[in-house]
Amino acid sequence: MSTRKSAKSRPIIKRFCHHKAAVVCLVILAVLIGMAALAPVIAPYEPTKPTGKFSQPPTPEHILGTDKIGRDMYSRILYAMRVSLLVGFLATLISTAVGVILGLVSGYFGGAVDKAIMSFTDMVMSFPYILLVLVAAAIFQPGMWSIVLILGFVDWPGVARLVRGNVLSLRETNFIKSDIAAGMPRRYILFSEILPNTVAPVLVFATSVFALSILDEAALSFLGMGVQKPTPSLGNILEGAESLSVLTDKPWLWVPAGTVIILLVVCINFVGDALRDSFDPRNEE
Amino acid sequence: MWKYILKKLLLAVPVLLGITILDYALMSLAGSPLDMMVGPRITEGTIAARAAQWGLDQPFYVQYWNWLTEVLRGNLGYAYKSGQPVSEIIGSHLGPTLLLMGVSMVLGLIIAVPGGIYSAVHRYQKRDYAVVSLSFLFSSIPGFFLALIFVYFFTVRLGWLPSSGMYTPGVGGDFMDVARHLAMPALVLALGVAGGNIRYIRSSVLEILEMDYLRTATAKGLGRKIVIRRHALRNALLPIVTVIGMQIPTLFGGAVIVEQMFSWPGLGQVTWDAVLSRNYPVIMGVCLLSAVVVLAANLVTDILYALVDPTIQY
Repeated sequence: MSTRKSAKSRPIIKRFCHHKAAVVCLVILAVLIGMAALAPVIAPYEPTKPTGKFSQPPTPEHILGTDKIGRDMYSRILYAMRVSLLVGFLATLISTAVGVILGLVSGYFGGAVDKAIMSFTDMVMSFPYILLVLVAAAIFQPGMWSIVLILGFVDWPGVARLVRGNVLSLRETNFIKSDIAAGMPRRYILFSEILPNTVAPVLVFATSVFALSILDEAALSFLGMGVQKPTPSLGNILEGAESLSVLTDKPWLWVPAGTVIILLVVCINFVGDALRDSFDPRNEE
Repeated sequence: MWKYILKKLLLAVPVLLGITILDYALMSLAGSPLDMMVGPRITEGTIAARAAQWGLDQPFYVQYWNWLTEVLRGNLGYAYKSGQPVSEIIGSHLGPTLLLMGVSMVLGLIIAVPGGIYSAVHRYQKRDYAVVSLSFLFSSIPGFFLALIFVYFFTVRLGWLPSSGMYTPGVGGDFMDVARHLAMPALVLALGVAGGNIRYIRSSVLEILEMDYLRTATAKGLGRKIVIRRHALRNALLPIVTVIGMQIPTLFGGAVIVEQMFSWPGLGQVTWDAVLSRNYPVIMGVCLLSAVVVLAANLVTDILYALVDPTIQY
């Protein structure tokens, strides 16, 4: 089994490398994630302590200038990336786990269980989800962990539907039918046979959830409902940027942070799209 | 057909009820609006009186039941403090939101439909990559940041468009004035939804282009243009219908943030304020309305789908 898999995965990597833009994006992502991970080492200043003059334009000491209370913007952005990436990653992890489990159960058992889970999925899905997030953000004290939980428990319906659909079609395949006929335990069929065969599409879907979570975190933190000051996040360091004086005269306060968000999300989306293409068996040459 | 519609309608009812229960439970967990009243001039007695007046002294399920029976009688309740009927509040803010959503949806389709088809027809060419990359860019820019960029260029630098409100106070109110105020928020929303839709329409059209009937049409010796126009586009209607249905919850959600950014006097603003002040009846009213709109959109999509695609059984 393992030899077959490695032989099969090689063309996937090869096909992925055909997407030059995606390879470039992967490199950019690796660099950004590396910078975020190493923030305590490479950041020149403490992100939460004032170290310069107020709202200073970029200088050799503060390469991206300072914010309105004199904190170094470059250090703040490094730490903010760390927080935003962590929020996005954990939220994706939670929603994927919830979605996979509900999708597996729903697709495999069918009947009343399936109906109940799917109508619950419909409910969460047909809810304009910013409302859910807003109400939820008002419930829990806004903060990093609550935003992780909120996004995690809101983003799962897509994954659940995807997994359920896959399980339904896998159940009709001969190898699962023979497992059932051989009297294999249910747990084995679900987790050792069906689950590995849905990993690829789930992985692709997870990349888009990751991108969405980063966007949502940024929007919520920007509006004051997400990660709270003084902890920097890519959303909340943009707070105050809507004032006209900042927009016109202090571009260093909003252009770099916004660019980092766009760069992260574009790259994640491109990598996800290339992965989708490489996993798709119809693209076999 | 009627049976199918009826079945779908009946299926939507428990989902709608479920959504309202979910909302009410979430909201009650959020904490009581009475907490917001605490202040030096407020005595325990006032709070207790308010609790009784607003029905907050009862357990959660009783409150929900009272709300539900009132709604079934056509009464959405009254806002705390101001005592204004919720239906009146929603009614007076619904227009601007519908205008914003409607214009954004049309703009989004005008961008996404030709974009997706163009991209699919020129698959794997430079033009295709350009359109797809652009669509990724659209869906990767946070709405609030795009709003900032727009305000920077169109208001600050060029001075063409106003950055807040729906019309110029005092003088404005005519068509051109509203259109100028509408341009930026509508475009921010439209680009956001268009990004994903371009790729969705592209891949749907690609699938159609690989169908046997298109090969037959080409084999018959029909020109490429006629094949695409007569055979492919007509079948591409189906994914377009789906896109319209999928857009509605996204637009509704996006509207909350965009309205906040541009001070657009719509339901998004009302919701935002209601959430911040824990104005239960208003939150419930907006949630109910949005749930109904979304479910109705799903229903219409299903019906259109059944009408357009003869292979769907009902």
